[in-house]
Amino acid sequence: MESREAGKNPVVQRLRDWDPQAVAEVIDFRGETTVVVPRQHLLKVSEFLLGQPDLGFSYLSDLTPVDRFPLEPRFELNYHLLSLHRKERLRLRVRLPGSEPAVTSVTSVWPTANWHEREAFDLFGIRFEGHPDLTRILMPDDWEGHPLRKDYPVEGYR
Amino acid sequence: MTTIETAAGPTEPMVLNMGPQHPSTHGVLRVILELNGETVLKAKPVIGYLHTGIEKSCEDKTYSQCITLTDRIDYLAPLSNNLAFCLAAEKLIEIEVPKRAQYIRVLLTELTRLGSHLVWLGTHAIDLGAMSVFLYCFREREEILKILEYVSGQRMMTSYFRIGGLALEPPPGWLERVQRLIDLMPGHIDQYEELLTENRIWIARTKGVGYLSAKDAIAMGVSGPLLRASGVPYDIRKVFPYSSYDEFDFEMKTATECDSYARYKVRVAEMRESLKIIRQALNKIPSEGPFRAEMPGIVPPSREEMKTSIEGLIYHFKMFTEGFAPPPGEVYQAIESPRGELGVFMASDGSPKPYRVKFRAPSFVNLQALPLLCEGRLIADTVTCIGTTDIVLGEVDR
Repeated sequence: MESREAGKNPVVQRLRDWDPQAVAEVIDFRGETTVVVPRQHLLKVSEFLLGQPDLGFSYLSDLTPVDRFPLEPRFELNYHLLSLHRKERLRLRVRLPGSEPAVTSVTSVWPTANWHEREAFDLFGIRFEGHPDLTRILMPDDWEGHPLRKDYPVEGYR
Repeated sequence: MTTIETAAGPTEPMVLNMGPQHPSTHGVLRVILELNGETVLKAKPVIGYLHTGIEKSCEDKTYSQCITLTDRIDYLAPLSNNLAFCLAAEKLIEIEVPKRAQYIRVLLTELTRLGSHLVWLGTHAIDLGAMSVFLYCFREREEILKILEYVSGQRMMTSYFRIGGLALEPPPGWLERVQRLIDLMPGHIDQYEELLTENRIWIARTKGVGYLSAKDAIAMGVSGPLLRASGVPYDIRKVFPYSSYDEFDFEMKTATECDSYARYKVRVAEMRESLKIIRQALNKIPSEGPFRAEMPGIVPPSREEMKTSIEGLIYHFKMFTEGFAPPPGEVYQAIESPRGELGVFMASDGSPKPYRVKFRAPSFVNLQALPLLCEGRLIADTVTCIGTTDIVLGEVDR
């Protein structure tokens, strides 16, 4: 993975100028920019990216968790953002420890995150604080375990 | 639970379960409706009845093996899924697909879009009572499936696109078949429009129904015709072109009324634009040329090479037993499927099996907006709203 601390992307520059602590790392791979945000800054960064008129990242395409078991921090949450008027994509990444995989919900910023976060909770066990209805969405309600975790066998338990 | 004031005193709303087995929910979708008489107070979609763990299974298979799984995600537009996955893998590995293969991909993907919109129109119409439209649409879809069978060997789950291009050389005479089909299609689309567009019943059942403002649509992450009928000009083929779509001349169709009738008009217009693209592709496809990139170690050798040279045999063996290992990294590749933004997030750790594959299914996200469309309207409008959202449960649940 190439990592360029310089982050020539103007959006990254705006983020850095606003709050240098919000940008822990910038990754540039295959023309896509990923900004690693420390989890306590996620909500503020999201509101900034949505609220600033010249940025306007109003569209959350996708919220993808990745389980890096047994590495730590175990979980990576990828927020795929899109600014319709800039015609630009940006990815935010938050790293969560396996012992306590919890982060603030962004449903107050992008309501579409509701079901994405439910899916992340259902399949990975990541908790989203402030989510209006954090229940299982794909698996049956009484299912135990989080199937997409790497320590959950692909053939299941039966 | 809310209380409702009636002439006989306060009472609770009725909770009615719509689905998962229901002819109008287009699959195993369950919608829990809270009703006051016939008015829907609250609608809550419950999904997961078709969850088959595709994403988990992909982690256990090599990249080429995953392609057959992708067909089954949006089963009405299987080539779209193949395309999204292959483009993501090609982006990750940095393979340049030959132009001929790109044009053939565009042609087949637009044919799939046509087939998918035909199913949408047929099922949406029959839900609202227009039964003949269903049969006409499926008659045309038969022709499309016959072409897909001729080209790839399979009517629906084609798996025809591979990483680097196509799976096989297309058979002789297939372009003439496509030409015959698209010569007849405009007349057929006119026929559907004649039956529906100015039909009083159709207008009464779709105009003003399922209103979704542009602001709500963007906030809910809605994509595809649902978003464009609310006036937002976002079509990935235009905004982030892929597979040489920027070389084709077509229009992005939008509407401003934000209701089901507008979505109907947008999708029918899209069908006509697809025909335009197919016509251009027919002229552009060179009759000779490679159908797959040359990249030993990533793209398997041809059958002839495998049978006559030792290197071909070795590569073939290594590739089909072990697979190839892309560099570590993550990519997100989105395409404009008939339902909206179909995105594939692929994370590789340098092993031959993908570390994580996530399919951002448009129907999953569009379905989340269903309560916004249905609430406050009659139950009968819920059927219209589900139809106009054009969901495929395979995508929703994966």
